Amino acid sequence: MTDTAGPDKVASAEQIGLSAREAQATPPRDSASWARKVDRLEVAQRDGVRGTNVAGRRLTGPVQGFGKMWQKTYRMQAGSQIAPEHAIAVWKEHFPEFWPKGNRFAGALTGINPGDVALLDLALGGGVKLSTGVFVLYADQESFTLMTPQGHMFAGWITFSAEREGDETAIQAQVLMRANDPLYEAGMIMGGHAKEDKFWAATLTALGQRLGVPDPKVHTTTTCVDSKRQWRHARNIWHNSAVRSVFQPPRRRASAPAQKSSSNG
Amino acid sequence: MGVPEITMDVRRFGDSVAVVDIKGEVTAACEPVLMSAYEQAGATSKLVLNFAGLEYMNSGGIGMLVTLLVRANRQRQQLAAFGLSDHYREIFELTRLDEAITIYDSEESALDGVVR
Repeated sequence: MTDTAGPDKVASAEQIGLSAREAQATPPRDSASWARKVDRLEVAQRDGVRGTNVAGRRLTGPVQGFGKMWQKTYRMQAGSQIAPEHAIAVWKEHFPEFWPKGNRFAGALTGINPGDVALLDLALGGGVKLSTGVFVLYADQESFTLMTPQGHMFAGWITFSAEREGDETAIQAQVLMRANDPLYEAGMIMGGHAKEDKFWAATLTALGQRLGVPDPKVHTTTTCVDSKRQWRHARNIWHNSAVRSVFQPPRRRASAPAQKSSSNG
Repeated sequence: MGVPEITMDVRRFGDSVAVVDIKGEVTAACEPVLMSAYEQAGATSKLVLNFAGLEYMNSGGIGMLVTLLVRANRQRQQLAAFGLSDHYREIFELTRLDEAITIYDSEESALDGVVR
């Protein structure tokens, strides 16, 4: 690492001997890991989930959200025997199986790949299911990232990763998010954050058990990155998928034989 | 955690503009380097990120840029970028970071744009 300052320090492509065209001729090694740009989500209907509030929606990052910005990290030590690549391969392949009971994730049959869209039914309590989805923004051998659409509880992304930390492998889920609108923000304050913490801790614990981690323990770290609310995005409430889900009939569920399982890939 | 292969050098243009030349791999692991560059840039009102030397970026790197954006907004600093290849420009658009960080084609246009 060098951190130097001064007007003589320059790092443009031209000044390191490459024309802009040459610099772009070789695709960067991350190019296959990122999804291609999409303006609005397209997704086919899938059995076992309602599948509403996703098609036609735009993606929302932390910049587009309403509430305070939080970074939450759920981290588990997995011992020395599990390689990070193996942990991520298992997580990608069996992602829905680790979700807490009552929640459904209907992804592509081929696992988790950049550009995939998954449909979700999430238990909000009181028998209410939130129908929403996620977009696979990034995926490589050591991590993958899901980004949310308009109407989801939060605007942002979740990165699932594993890395070597000394002699051990550490596995984590990290959420960078703002509640998408004022209603969700109120919900997050009144138990939503705690519910989310339980959700991801349970998911990591289930993954740890699958990987053979003895007595998996999840450590949660929560940081408020920005305490300001973005009132200019209060109108996101128009897309609120929880409100819309209440008024949408559960039309697909009757034809779904897999609905008794806690997940559906 | 591996040592980030990254350098971030800071150039000042008067009291109000600083350019950060980013060279190498942008991942979450290089947050201390970026924040150090941010501190070096000091109390400028415009911060311009030069991505011409960007070799690799993962989703952790994008998250780190969001954190930088929050810090800049808190200080009422304008954030801009130039030197992005088509690939990285597309990532900025996909993650909708381009709605908060103005992207320019060249350093000249970036400096013109932020000073205007």
